[in-house]
Amino acid sequence: MFKIVKRLEMAGGTVILNEIEAPLIARKAKPGQFVILKANETGERIPLTMAETDPSKGTITIIYMVVGKSTALFKGLKVGDGYQDVIGPLGKATHIEKVGTVVCVGGGTGIAVLHPITRALKEAGNHVICIVGARTKDLLIMEEQMKAASHDLRICTDDGSYGRKGFVTEELKDILDADKADKKVKMAVAIGPVPMMKFVSKLTKDYNVHTIVSLNPIMVDGTGMCGGCRVSVGGTTKFACVDGPEFDGHQVDYDELMKRLQAYCEDEKHCYNDYCTLRDAA
Amino acid sequence: MTETDVKKPKKEQIPRQPMPEQAPDVRKRNFKEVPIGYTPETARKEAERCLQCKNPGCVEGCPVQVDIPGFIALVKEGDFTKAIRNLWTKNSLPAVCGRVCPQEIQCEGRCIVGKKGDPVAIGNLERFAADYEREHGTGVLPPKQKATGKKVAVVGSGPSGLTVAGDLIVKGHEVTVLEAFHKPGGVLVYGIPEFRLPKAIVASEVAFLGRLGVNVECNAVVGRTVSLDELFEQGYDAIYLGVGAGLPKFMNVPGENLIGILSANEYLTRANLMKAYLFPEVDTPIPRGKDVVVLGAGNVAMDSARTAMRLGADRVRIVYRRSREEMPARAAEIHHAEEEGIEFFLLTNPTRFIGNDKGRLTGMECLKMELGEPDSSGRRRPVPIKGSEFLMDCDLVVVAVGSGANPLLTQSTPDMQLNKWGYIVADPETGKTSKKGVWAGGDIVTGAATVILAMGAGRKAADSIHKYLTWGW
Ligand SMILES: Cc1cc2nc3c(=O)[nH]c(=O)nc-3n(C[C@H](O)[C@H](O)[C@H](O)COP(=O)(O)OP(=O)(O)OC[C@H]3O[C@@H](n4cnc5c(N)ncnc54)[C@H](O)[C@@H]3O)c2cc1C
Ligand SMILES: Cc1cc2nc3c(=O)[nH]c(=O)nc-3n(C[C@H](O)[C@H](O)[C@H](O)COP(=O)(O)OP(=O)(O)OC[C@H]3O[C@@H](n4cnc5c(N)ncnc54)[C@H](O)[C@@H]3O)c2cc1C
Ligand code: SF4
Ligand code: SF4
Ligand code: FES
Repeated sequence: MFKIVKRLEMAGGTVILNEIEAPLIARKAKPGQFVILKANETGERIPLTMAETDPSKGTITIIYMVVGKSTALFKGLKVGDGYQDVIGPLGKATHIEKVGTVVCVGGGTGIAVLHPITRALKEAGNHVICIVGARTKDLLIMEEQMKAASHDLRICTDDGSYGRKGFVTEELKDILDADKADKKVKMAVAIGPVPMMKFVSKLTKDYNVHTIVSLNPIMVDGTGMCGGCRVSVGGTTKFACVDGPEFDGHQVDYDELMKRLQAYCEDEKHCYNDYCTLRDAA
Repeated sequence: MTETDVKKPKKEQIPRQPMPEQAPDVRKRNFKEVPIGYTPETARKEAERCLQCKNPGCVEGCPVQVDIPGFIALVKEGDFTKAIRNLWTKNSLPAVCGRVCPQEIQCEGRCIVGKKGDPVAIGNLERFAADYEREHGTGVLPPKQKATGKKVAVVGSGPSGLTVAGDLIVKGHEVTVLEAFHKPGGVLVYGIPEFRLPKAIVASEVAFLGRLGVNVECNAVVGRTVSLDELFEQGYDAIYLGVGAGLPKFMNVPGENLIGILSANEYLTRANLMKAYLFPEVDTPIPRGKDVVVLGAGNVAMDSARTAMRLGADRVRIVYRRSREEMPARAAEIHHAEEEGIEFFLLTNPTRFIGNDKGRLTGMECLKMELGEPDSSGRRRPVPIKGSEFLMDCDLVVVAVGSGANPLLTQSTPDMQLNKWGYIVADPETGKTSKKGVWAGGDIVTGAATVILAMGAGRKAADSIHKYLTWGW
């Protein structure tokens, strides 16, 4: 069993943080890599990115949004409980390099995934501008950590309850427009909901700024043996779990990804509703 | 039979004892094992059919040279305990092999009784002896040699890795099996379905190794969680790689990423390892197609087709580009599939998949094929017939057209020689790779093959590893 040693609720209980004992994984993990977790005997294998690792303590930290049956089940786990299985580190690590100025764009729990990458880019000597977005103020996570991990933090909310009113793409466009003359922005990293990554990539393509995105297709094994995680990148099929999860944002077929994410939509809904009914009855 | 035969019968001929099975109409909708197994009486009766040949062809046909007349004689006498001990000397997983070996081209294919009639049911007898031991056996462990203090890591818990672990633990070495999945067994747990190989049998084989002292660590992706060099640093003296051929092949035709097109690996892993046929009792879903097409005609394709039928399909079709003669599946699987109502569309090949605006599969365009000149495999090459395109409706396609070498581990081990397809190069007699202290065998060396060949390779490597640990490289 992989024991939970710390648990926090964020964004009004819709987002959960777990710090988990997994010494072998903690020792090897790099920014951008993920783990697959399975809560119990009947559980599903769920991929989540490591938001933090502590090799000396032998722990990893995951931050996830409660969206369906499995994440609801995870939410029920308390400190001292554990996951039956945690597998990793999986996927390729982010390629960290000094390029100049980098803009990191995060939305939803994508912010948690973006955090270690942002920090590593800053440590590598880049000037890091960060834009984080949420639907509303209460749903924004990790503001303090992102502030520390970057040089310049910008906040957007859809409803204007905090920071700029509007989408992260609007803030990004202003930054890129202001940068038109100097061309200091050499790279963008966008992690969040698929539509957000799609529109960020569309924008940065117009400005010719290389962009990395982290994709979240449905996965089973995470080792390249099933092909369930396939995504189209530059017209060829890639397995996100081993070839990614990060890809050149300008090459990704986002529409296909969005459709594939709906594969088990109906089944999942039933499963989640059954679970909630049982849980609330108990 | 000629008249003279009838007039002076030498001895009453016992017919091959049929294996009792669940009726096709019943079993095609459940996941319980299809063949029910022999009773001790039928087993002994079947054993009587063996002529106890002095130069038995059957043994030559078996890749690990099981002492077939020997164990059958013991079954005939009713000494099932001795029979299983005889089997174990050559084959550490008889309950598995009795069920899944392609007997018709191996042991039974060479049985002398089969020249004139039906061969002795060697597989069924092997299965019987193993099942009898599991259910009624003494559970006495084989003797173990004195501890050598040497440590061996076995990567992958398929039949090949399990064989190495079993052989080396009784020779006194310390053995740890590292498995990427959360359950041990390899293809035996994630690929071959419950109705053909109950998972409880695999679990009991693994538990047996555990009782012998083998340490099984799941969730260990070698190449990611730990590298080969790190294993040596941790004090392992030798490493065996039995990681299988876990890379799905696709058709590379347009539309392949539509929802409703899965590799057999994904489909069967969801069904078997994740037990998705029990959804929503378990959390992993699986697409339940109404109109299912399976591409390919090997064991994997038959397993996928029969799984789809059990998940409630109205219609399941196997689409294969060659003809019936070339179908690589075991005869028993093809027969079972046909009995369960699976249809065969031979000499047919898909050219494109068609979907709706939600990205879900609705059909497939195919071409008719004809057989041309023999190709490098000696089989006649299928060639498309021009203008023969036609459409097939379907809502689920399972692609079972073979598998390749998964590069996850080998990529992280650049100092080990691979062939041009990415399989590990290993000495066929010893299993030694080009990297010192590392052996390999099974599907990762030969490409997708059979359980018994993977086990045979494991046995040879175990012998070689034992020699190395005793005398050096
Ligand atoms: C590499 C990777 C890293 C990820 N990192 C994070 C993270 O750090 N934080 C976070 O909140 N989420 C992350 N996700 C998404 C997360 O895996 C899904 O939200 C989760 O699996 C949903 O499971 P569920 O049963 O609660 O919801 P469900 O009801 O099963 O599904 C809700 C939606 O989640 C997606 N989903 C379902 N099963 C899977 C699966 N096995 N693999 C991937 N997606 C699935 C589907 O789009 C589905 O429609 C990541 C996904 C990937 C592939
Ligand atoms: C659906 C199906 C049906 C089949 N039917 C038959 C049949 O009827 N008869 C027959 O004889 N053969 C059959 N076969 C073929 C047979 O199962 C294989 O040839 C055999 O299992 C190969 O054994 P192996 O030990 O080499 O590898 P596998 O059984 O593939 O086991 C390899 C193991 O290694 C693990 N692994 C992989 N990479 C790593 C890593 N980096 N770190 C740690 N662990 C790792 C895998 O998760 C897996 O558990 C079938 C195969 C399939 C897929
Ligand atoms: S191991 Fe397989 S081939 Fe050998 S005797 Fe047993 S069933 Fe036949
Ligand atoms: S060839 Fe047939 S009859 Fe002869 S020993 Fe083998 S099983 Fe018995
Ligand atoms: S999750 Fe199975 S291949 Fe990527």
